[in-house]
Amino acid sequence: MGVEPGRVHFSWVSSAESTKFVTVVKQVTDAVKAIGPNRNYVKKNLKVA
Amino acid sequence: MIAYTDKIREIASRLLKDCQVEMVIGFRKGTMPMMNEPCFVTREEDVSSLVWDSNCGINLANYLTERKEKIAIFAKGCDSRNIVNHIVENKIQRDQLHIVGVPCTGMIDKRKIAALVEGEILEVSETDTTIKVKTADAESLFDKAEVLQQNCALCAHRNPVIFDETVADPVEEQTGIDRYADVREIEEMDSEQQWQFFEDLLAPCIRCYACRNACPLCYCPTCFVDESKPQWVGKGQDPIDVRTFHFLRAYHCAGRCTDCGACQRACPVGINMRLLTRKLEKDCQEQFDWEAGLSTEKRPALDAYQPNDPGDFIK
Repeated sequence: MGVEPGRVHFSWVSSAESTKFVTVVKQVTDAVKAIGPNRNYVKKNLKVA
Repeated sequence: MIAYTDKIREIASRLLKDCQVEMVIGFRKGTMPMMNEPCFVTREEDVSSLVWDSNCGINLANYLTERKEKIAIFAKGCDSRNIVNHIVENKIQRDQLHIVGVPCTGMIDKRKIAALVEGEILEVSETDTTIKVKTADAESLFDKAEVLQQNCALCAHRNPVIFDETVADPVEEQTGIDRYADVREIEEMDSEQQWQFFEDLLAPCIRCYACRNACPLCYCPTCFVDESKPQWVGKGQDPIDVRTFHFLRAYHCAGRCTDCGACQRACPVGINMRLLTRKLEKDCQEQFDWEAGLSTEKRPALDAYQPNDPGDFIK
């Protein structure tokens, strides 16, 4: 679809795996920050009345 | 295939006369050339309206959803696979159906033909291998193979996979076809090119939902695009909303789509949205060795867990 590969992440985290959750969130935010802001999948024509 | 018509009427007449079914679903001539429409026959005297030729591209499985009566349906290869889907997804029971298989040599692309001739098309006739198109000024003859719908040209299941009887002997299946050449081309683009490609592909979309309405898989009582609480996707012409509609609809068809081509055929602006469903079909085949609608015994790829399911993308 043209969404950069690094922008989509999948993970399986149990409610008991708090440390894994933290690690995953860090990894995801780092990876997405490295790609930079999302310029494609945003509503450019959005008008607020 | 044009010779099937007599046999189709004969079968429909017999089934209705013997009260084996309450309704027969087939095709009748439309009001315009190359526009056959679905036909629901409940009385024996009406079977003469049934026809069969290379303009029967609509998927008749679409009309089976939640029906309660006993129905006879004429099914091409793709229709039969969608009937299997319907049975597996409990949208109709197998014993409600009398499936009459119609071995198919492909349906013709009305858009392709309209582009090849000048002026309004007044009449289209056919033999087994040729299509004759008459306009006010001229008559042109085409090889049927050249004017097939793309999904028919790429079809690997021309013969019905499930049936109670057939109108003719099976036709030869096409072998050695490369179904995914165009999908691979898109896969090889980088994400910026892909973004632009789909921007251009979907730009003409007017959100009429003809693709969804023609699709036998799209039977949800309320489609996600019609819901307003919550509103999953904007209802206007914003390119992002158009894109969201198309790829979400495609995802809803993942592992279910039989590439019958009904969506593309129904599209008034000629968008090839099958590129999206075929990408998912390709993934299903590569990762789960799954082809939709071939057996009522097997559970669909996205309905069954296997320990060896590919999971490398999950961290």
